[in-house]
Amino acid sequence: MTVTSNISTQNLPEAADRLVIDGVELGSRLIMGTGGAPSLDGLGAALLASGTELTTVAMRRYSPAESGSLFQLLVDHGIRILPNTAGCFTARDAVMTAELAREALETDWIKLEVIADEQTLLPDAVELVDATEQLVNRGFKVFAYTNDDPVLALRLENLGATAVMPLGAPIGTGLGILNPHNIELIVSRASVPVVLDAGIGTASDAALAMELGCDAVLLATAVTRAQNPALMGEAFKHAVIAGRLAKAAGRIPRREHALASSAMEGRAEFL
Amino acid sequence: MNITLNGSRHSVADDASITTLISHITGRSLAANGQATDGQKLGVAVAHNSEVVPRSQWFVTALAEGDDVELVTAVQGG
Repeated sequence: MTVTSNISTQNLPEAADRLVIDGVELGSRLIMGTGGAPSLDGLGAALLASGTELTTVAMRRYSPAESGSLFQLLVDHGIRILPNTAGCFTARDAVMTAELAREALETDWIKLEVIADEQTLLPDAVELVDATEQLVNRGFKVFAYTNDDPVLALRLENLGATAVMPLGAPIGTGLGILNPHNIELIVSRASVPVVLDAGIGTASDAALAMELGCDAVLLATAVTRAQNPALMGEAFKHAVIAGRLAKAAGRIPRREHALASSAMEGRAEFL
Repeated sequence: MNITLNGSRHSVADDASITTLISHITGRSLAANGQATDGQKLGVAVAHNSEVVPRSQWFVTALAEGDDVELVTAVQGG
């Protein structure tokens, strides 16, 4: 099943609506992860359906059996690669992993993940700050995966992070955006792109992230583990556009009581 | 001689360089600058005794008995 639509961004001021990160213009505000896909073919179809132009990969020991096929898939589809430091618990490991990724993939972009423990997969703020500082000094463009903490987000920006990526909920939970107020606060004070990362469960969560003012959304599990990953990829493609348009359009204020949309004046009277 | 490659014992020729090792493991022919001679990207990186070795240095980096080598590539994740 293919959903077609005529969603257009023609009513948005063109220059204001381009996502530019580190001087690179991205045609989609949906950044995809690649974890959790059962097959490479299925993953390729989902990525194409999602319209993403930037996709994360992890760095792991080379195995001759599965030699470099993901790398080749992304290269073949013209999708830019954002390596991550998934699985790192310390700044030292994260810096080492980033250096290996830069060498292997020839990019200085790095999604910095320094997690505290395997149960929560929550970012370890202390190690994250340390790693951000070291990586910025080594010339990396740091996309910092962080808690939904407005203070920490600003700290990371001040240390030179290229983008800050607060979580909606812990990785893989699909719980959506647990603290929309904090995400709005992060957005309102940031002068680097804010990417809502992790916790997204379905398309409406991504639309909400964009309505809260995020510049982009990053997700993997919600698509790769959906019953129909390609269809869900396409759903997210539209959700991100819809949320962005809604944010630009300006929502109505919330009211306590009803407000009739039809005029009371001129009603017919029945005896 | 023996080295440790990705956590496992691995036997290499006495005069082996990192280029020799990577070429053997990946089955790709490598130029002295560390690029694959087939023109495709190799997509791997090497840490030698916990130091990242730029591909331009692979050819001139000799391996020694007991060295620790990590060879990594991009996999699904994130």
